[in-house]
Amino acid sequence: MSFRYNRQDPPMTHQQPILDTSPKISDEVRKTTCYMCACRCGINVHMKDGKVAYIEGNRDHPVNKGVLCAKGSAGIMQVNAPSRLRKPLKRVGPRGSGEFREIEWDEALSTAVGWLNELHETAPQKLAFFTGRDQSQSFTSFWAQNFGTPNYAAHGGFCSVNMAAGGIYTMGGAFWEFGQPDWDHTKLFMLFGVAEDHDSNPIKMGIGKIKARGARVIGVNPIRSGYNAVADDWVGITPGTDGLFILSLIHVLMKAGKIDLDYLSRYTNAPVLVNAAEGPEKGLFLRDADGKPLVIDRVTGELTAFDKPGVRPDMSATYEKDGVTHRPVFHLMAEKYLSDEHTPEAVAERCGIPAKRIRAIAAEIARVAFDEAIELDQEWTDFRGEKHSKMVGRPVSFHSMRGISAHANGFQTCRALHVLQILLGTVEVPGGFRFKPPYPKPVEAHPTPHGDRRPGRPLNGPHLGFPRGPEDLLLDEEGNPQRIDKAFTWENPMSAHGLMHMVISNAAAGDPYKIDTLFMYMANMSWNSSMNTKGVMEMLTAKTEDGKYVIPHIIYSDAYSSEMVAYADLILPDTTYLERHDCISLLDRPICEADAAADAIRWPVIEPDRDVRGFQSVLVELANRMSLPGFTNEDGTAKWKDYADYIVNHERRPGIGPLAGFRGPDGDKEGRGEVNPDQLNRYIENGGFYVAHIPEGADYYKPWNTAYQDWAVGMGIYDSPQPYLFQLYSEPMRRFQLAAEGHGDRQPPEHLRQRIKDTMDPLPIWYETDQQGNEGFTVNALTQRPMAMYHSWGTQNAWLRQLHGRNPLYVPTKLMREHNLKDGDWAKVSSPHGEITVPVMEMSALNDNTVWTWNAIGKRKGTWALQDDAPEATKGFLLNHLIHELMPPKDDGMRWANSDPITGQAAWFDLKVKIEKADAPADAQSQPNFDPIKSPVGTGPENLAWKVGK
Amino acid sequence: MTQLPNSTDRKMGLVIDLDTCVGCHACVISCKGWNTENYGAPLSDQDAYGGNPSGTFLNRVHSYEVQPADGHAQLIHFPKSCLHCEDAPCVTVCPTGASYKRVEDGIVLVNESDCIGCGLCAWSCPYGARELDVTEGVMKKCTLCVDRIYNENLPEVDRIPSCVRTCPAGARHFGDLGDPDSDVSKLVAERGGMDLMPEMGTKPVNKYLPPRPKDTIEEQIDILAPLLAPVAEEPKGFLGWLDKTLEKL
Repeated sequence: MSFRYNRQDPPMTHQQPILDTSPKISDEVRKTTCYMCACRCGINVHMKDGKVAYIEGNRDHPVNKGVLCAKGSAGIMQVNAPSRLRKPLKRVGPRGSGEFREIEWDEALSTAVGWLNELHETAPQKLAFFTGRDQSQSFTSFWAQNFGTPNYAAHGGFCSVNMAAGGIYTMGGAFWEFGQPDWDHTKLFMLFGVAEDHDSNPIKMGIGKIKARGARVIGVNPIRSGYNAVADDWVGITPGTDGLFILSLIHVLMKAGKIDLDYLSRYTNAPVLVNAAEGPEKGLFLRDADGKPLVIDRVTGELTAFDKPGVRPDMSATYEKDGVTHRPVFHLMAEKYLSDEHTPEAVAERCGIPAKRIRAIAAEIARVAFDEAIELDQEWTDFRGEKHSKMVGRPVSFHSMRGISAHANGFQTCRALHVLQILLGTVEVPGGFRFKPPYPKPVEAHPTPHGDRRPGRPLNGPHLGFPRGPEDLLLDEEGNPQRIDKAFTWENPMSAHGLMHMVISNAAAGDPYKIDTLFMYMANMSWNSSMNTKGVMEMLTAKTEDGKYVIPHIIYSDAYSSEMVAYADLILPDTTYLERHDCISLLDRPICEADAAADAIRWPVIEPDRDVRGFQSVLVELANRMSLPGFTNEDGTAKWKDYADYIVNHERRPGIGPLAGFRGPDGDKEGRGEVNPDQLNRYIENGGFYVAHIPEGADYYKPWNTAYQDWAVGMGIYDSPQPYLFQLYSEPMRRFQLAAEGHGDRQPPEHLRQRIKDTMDPLPIWYETDQQGNEGFTVNALTQRPMAMYHSWGTQNAWLRQLHGRNPLYVPTKLMREHNLKDGDWAKVSSPHGEITVPVMEMSALNDNTVWTWNAIGKRKGTWALQDDAPEATKGFLLNHLIHELMPPKDDGMRWANSDPITGQAAWFDLKVKIEKADAPADAQSQPNFDPIKSPVGTGPENLAWKVGK
Repeated sequence: MTQLPNSTDRKMGLVIDLDTCVGCHACVISCKGWNTENYGAPLSDQDAYGGNPSGTFLNRVHSYEVQPADGHAQLIHFPKSCLHCEDAPCVTVCPTGASYKRVEDGIVLVNESDCIGCGLCAWSCPYGARELDVTEGVMKKCTLCVDRIYNENLPEVDRIPSCVRTCPAGARHFGDLGDPDSDVSKLVAERGGMDLMPEMGTKPVNKYLPPRPKDTIEEQIDILAPLLAPVAEEPKGFLGWLDKTLEKL
């Protein structure tokens, strides 16, 4: 078509106005760290007239190198959000009503101290302090430790602890903050269960990089959106069967000999001998007098410590003693994984992947790993003193996070994925997966959990850690859990991140004991961050016979008017991320790259225009008012006045503080060095971050590379070199199994004995998750966060909510036909626990038996400063109503947690549902539909036209 | 009715890689941020916190499902903004001369002070790439960040459109599509870059790189099968292979 405009007037001749193509951009650029999600990119905040005018990525920053996602650019709408809390609030109506009175900070702090100080001095466990999307865990845990309560954790337990712990126990680190693919060299990238999330910009940058050079991306995910949409090959797997699929890949690769035997013999426990003698040592490693695992040296044929200089560990030879044949780990693996139960044909139907496809993927992995191996001309020396002239790389890399984690078989599945990488020899080699400092870090370099109650004194050690065996469980003399969330008990022995999703239900039930104060930060527990949301609201408002709340006090800190605000008695309003100090610390969850250690700060690029305070500074103030140990000098004075003071002046060990850069009086020391009072200014001058590069030659083979180990010691990451073997076979798991078999003093309760034997296999296995009660519920139901909102705190953002303001239930074509559904129809979705009625939309690029929706789009009326007719509050919904924190009752009446039996990871993605076509609800709103909460901040303005400059 | 220039010195535009775009909307919001604060009136939002939020955007990402004849359905993310057409109907339709195409670089712009908000240009654009800002009453469209690409207040590396600078996947490229030797022209040639709806005769400057063929791994199995030949059929044989292989290391 060509356009004709029928007018009598002659056409106007071409004319161009004079345009200023070099307008002034801003008065000043302030460089800080984004907090729109957990990625922690560097941002340039352009200021005009003292206001935030524009936010872009910082090109120098190690995480994002200049790019920025939708959330990051929308930060300006977060900073001006009408949902920002303005002043401390004291509840005046009933819990859940949203009726508050604004109070002064002094009253707020005195109220909190009034509740807390007595607990500190008499019964510290009666404080449960749990932080959600906390990026200051090394500080919040320090506070909790000095308060003395054993009840502290952040949100890892309901997020991806399986991935993190599975990685630490297997190879001393996992994905995301622990490590990343070698994007510059990898030739095949396989993504499991990550559609749009963890992490944000680095994954997109990496995928862009490898696709630009034509490398293949394989996406394994029931949903083909986001990263899976650009994957060259999509594997629309049945949820919860990833482990089965991975073990089948392992079967095919092992059977074909497509595994890296040299790597396995040198760097893993494949050659370590396993005790086969009946008794309490059965299944543990044979060790020498120094406790070192033993191997047979291929050169001498002798039993030898694994790390003896010159030893060539043999994965084939066995060791005979007293008529017992002790076999190396690799024999056990061959026996297990070569078995026919793992053939592609045996697993195809359950995984929903044709056997031919499984073989094709295994073949492609084998081809790239072995036929396209790369060699870097780089000498290095291993921990046994052997010099290598080259760095050999097998350029296959993997990434995974919550999708495979959030199942009750997730820990073993994560272990299986790590074992697959290790069998291929792709970990810490060019083209494979690379750790980021402070990782690699073996289990031995991590603390064990601590939970002793000592009124008035600090907890006896860090709360969270990695149990090596039953002796590290947090049980009191009677065998009762020490922690309110029952972490580190027989129910979930290796719960390295705690179980935030069990805190409120256990506190409401007084099981294992009653608490007095629930103190939470950035955790929307009365809404999208809890299973059984309605039940949690009831628990938070439950009263005893005498009319008092079952949980007597609830303190909550948030920057925004979230759903959780209404359920607290005292609100401590936090700042936005541009108004605060923070440190992204090597002591915590840092922002390092595979070839550099890095940390960063946030600093107040603007001052709050409300009466709010950074939560961490409020914690310092509370600690000071209670004279908590750790925060108090010997003369009784406070050590730090606020969080910034702590960041600069706190030393965790001599010379090692929250920030590694610009240490020492002249600011020229990195890693280790005296306190530098000018440190924050130096960070600001440097763009808000610090990078310490790993020297060339130290940047691969890190767990075994002496050059890396020495550099890490210099940086203060370790105090001595920590070379170690990858743990294909997990001895800590075997120790729990041994207990379940009846060995040792610490014994599991009878009802858990069999489950521990079955699930704590020291070699990765796959098992079907508990299907009790699921009869008739056959459709898998999942959630994911859209990229433009992943990990972001608050979808009230005026720009982002225009991208994702609605969340229909996406239903595959097959189920749409079966149920006679069309777009916009309503469906009743039920589970063994509850039902919801929601709008549906067809999606073809989806596993045939899986439905899903965007998580946390649905909002409660009266929250986030949204008007009551906002689609988030009318049509939006949560799947959380269908998921209970407990499984249906067993024959003995007991209800087990809906969690991984090893780590306690919340099993969100085990949900099975039934869908039925339904009439549109009378109010045309998704059901259940809750009463509005009274908003403490009112609602946002009608129209926005946000321009701060002239 | 407004005339187009007879020719332009350069044809500045975008090349968008549909094989790599993950649909993250980074470009959408970066554009919104830059253009709210810069060129012309801010991009406003109506009912910003209410039931039907609707704002002005110069760039949007649409997602389409594609069902091949056989094989799995695919999802294509499709970013769309003004394509700075050589034969731009939005310019010729403009009754006031507010819409124009620049001689020096081919960028199509709206001179807001001459725009009467009649909406004819948006109606004439076959791509739906123009949006009337309700608060200001003027037509808004992609400026190709004309206030960035020559801006001497920006470091040279940043003199690119904000959507290109921010794209995490590197799916957006900027350059002179009139110069066959430019990086973007070479990319278009290499990857078979396409015009959007060429049948409209608008001669768009922006190009799209098509997604590469997907889900082909099974087709390779016949070639790859030898890689999976078992070293032994029985576990015992496997240990024999292991011993032999270790011997050779």
